Amino acid sequence: MMKMKGIWQKFKGLMPEGLKDFPHYAEGPERYSLLRKNFVFIVCATAIIPLLLMAAINYYQYQSALKEEIVKPLSRLITSTKHSLELFLSERESTLRLLIRERTFEELSNQGRVNFIFQSLRAEFPEFVDLGLIDSAGLQRSYSGPYELKGKNYRDQDWFQEVQLRGVYVSNVFLGYRKFPHFVIAIKRDTVEGDFYVLRATIDTEKFNQLISTISLRPGSDIFLIDREGVLQTPSRSHGNVLDKVSLSVPPMSQEAVITRTKDEHGEHLLGYAYLRGANFILVLIKEPGEIMAGWFTLKSELLLVLVVSVAVILIVSLRATGLLVDRIREADQKRESCYIEVEHTAKLASLGRLAAGVAHEINNPLAIINEKAGLLKDLVEFSEEYHDQEKLLSQVDSILRSVNRCREITHRLLGFAKRMDLKVETIHLNELLQEVLGFLEKEAFHRNIKVNFNLAPDLSPIAHDRGQLQQVFLNIINNAFEAVQDGGNITIATKANETDPNTVEVTIADDGRGIQPDDLKHIFDPFYSRGKEQGTGLGLSISYGIVAKCGGDIRAESKVGKGSTFTVVLPQKCQMA
Amino acid sequence: MAEYRVLLVDDEEEFVSALSERLMLRGIEVDSALNGEEALARLVEKEFEVVILDVMMPGLGGLEVLRQIKSTHPDTQVILLTGHGSTREGIEGMRLGAFDYLIKPVDIEEMLEKMKEAAKTVRTS
Repeated sequence: MMKMKGIWQKFKGLMPEGLKDFPHYAEGPERYSLLRKNFVFIVCATAIIPLLLMAAINYYQYQSALKEEIVKPLSRLITSTKHSLELFLSERESTLRLLIRERTFEELSNQGRVNFIFQSLRAEFPEFVDLGLIDSAGLQRSYSGPYELKGKNYRDQDWFQEVQLRGVYVSNVFLGYRKFPHFVIAIKRDTVEGDFYVLRATIDTEKFNQLISTISLRPGSDIFLIDREGVLQTPSRSHGNVLDKVSLSVPPMSQEAVITRTKDEHGEHLLGYAYLRGANFILVLIKEPGEIMAGWFTLKSELLLVLVVSVAVILIVSLRATGLLVDRIREADQKRESCYIEVEHTAKLASLGRLAAGVAHEINNPLAIINEKAGLLKDLVEFSEEYHDQEKLLSQVDSILRSVNRCREITHRLLGFAKRMDLKVETIHLNELLQEVLGFLEKEAFHRNIKVNFNLAPDLSPIAHDRGQLQQVFLNIINNAFEAVQDGGNITIATKANETDPNTVEVTIADDGRGIQPDDLKHIFDPFYSRGKEQGTGLGLSISYGIVAKCGGDIRAESKVGKGSTFTVVLPQKCQMA
Repeated sequence: MAEYRVLLVDDEEEFVSALSERLMLRGIEVDSALNGEEALARLVEKEFEVVILDVMMPGLGGLEVLRQIKSTHPDTQVILLTGHGSTREGIEGMRLGAFDYLIKPVDIEEMLEKMKEAAKTVRTS
């Protein structure tokens, strides 16, 4: 568990900045690039890490399989060859040991006996070249062979020192009789008197060569013996002849077969070797990498290619997918934000409506009292004839009553506004509703000298809709018309039954204002689309359109720049939402 | 001199006193009540052609009073006073059998007109 935690901490350390704490602090546009980075990182990490792992496992598995296939047979070959060579040596050694043990010193010193023994030895082992006895002083006492060695003294020679110490000696190969490569085996025997003598024989290496050359090798491969100085003891295919020095460095001591990879001027190859027991020989096997190794190299590059391509594909796909995803998230965020604004706006209007209703209602009662008190005052003055300053008083009372009426207008309007908040379908006379709506704008029309013409169909049938919402729709459109026209402009509001569809009525609001650019006209019902920055939220027409469309109606806008705009609202007889 | 009798029902005493005095100045016989229960009690004592009834009252609400008046005195005409700009109570009242409705603050001449009409229907019936 603790270990897992540690790994997680390390993994976190690798993560790009911001992933660890996401999304607590990321706000604003940079959060999308951060999101993108994080997604890409996670996708890549989860896809590429297993891929790399798999590639690595594959690599090592194949490598070990190759080892089985190449290295094992080589090492078996070396081991078996080494054994047969060792067997050959020990057989010759045993033969000599048997000779020296079975015969007395006197017998072996006798030249005639030695000649006889050598003859029978040659009959059995033809590779023996000569045989002779040397006494403890190093003097050749008897000799049978092609050289004239009898009487030679070996006292000061290295091999004689060594055979005294070890009891047996196997020499390196040298060129001897008729320039054939030979080597020497010497065996010491101690006498009861504390003296010793040595039996020495020379052996032709031809048999050696035969043992090695029986091994069938592919062309380019090689097998041979060297001594500890790197001098060839047997001929080789491509590394020189007997007693040449090989270009290889002498490998370190090992009785067991060792396979390594080396490089020389011929290129890379496998080198196998083993030290022979009881002699200074090293068996060396050189094998060209060959087809299997070539396969290994192609596999390595193929593996790398697949890996690189896969990683590239993962990167591209994750980048593209993440880009798409983040763009979608950004879009969704934008939509949500605009929704928030709309909802906020609606909520604001609703609470404002409730406030307005409360205020209007509370003011209405005292207003009624003022109305009645002032009225009573007026009545009292009017009904009693003999009141002085009657005119002046009546004008004061009338002023109060006018003010009360103004207040009443205001509270009615406030209550009308509040009422818009809850949807309630009722019977509506559109003509009256339009005049009512204009009531809100009368003051502005008056001040700016805007002429509002009504062209209302007198026999328009009533429709079933929510009064408040319709008020809002027309207030928005007429308000826009007021904004579009200059002082002294004209606005015409017309109603008529639709000729094509008798179940709908049509209201047109036309102005002779500055008009709308064709580009703007396309977006006029989009939320937050406002012709001027100072002109409100840009929600008015979109809300209006929403209300009308919800009821199964439609709003159309036509406009010519500089000539004016016409908005046509088509309403069904009955709001289809209700 | 009185052509018809009017019962004025409203919880605002100042409003009731001023309005009833004004109506009396115009020769109308006016009684007043400050809540629904009182109004119903008055109707038992005396007969009225017209009842001016405020919709928004504590205790027995205006529409409930209207319902009871219509069941016990079907001939009596009721004119509703609504404080709301909303016509909702007005329409509901009309459905329950009110003669008409007026929105506060009321214009005295409009009210006299409505009362006269209401009294006329009572007399002709």
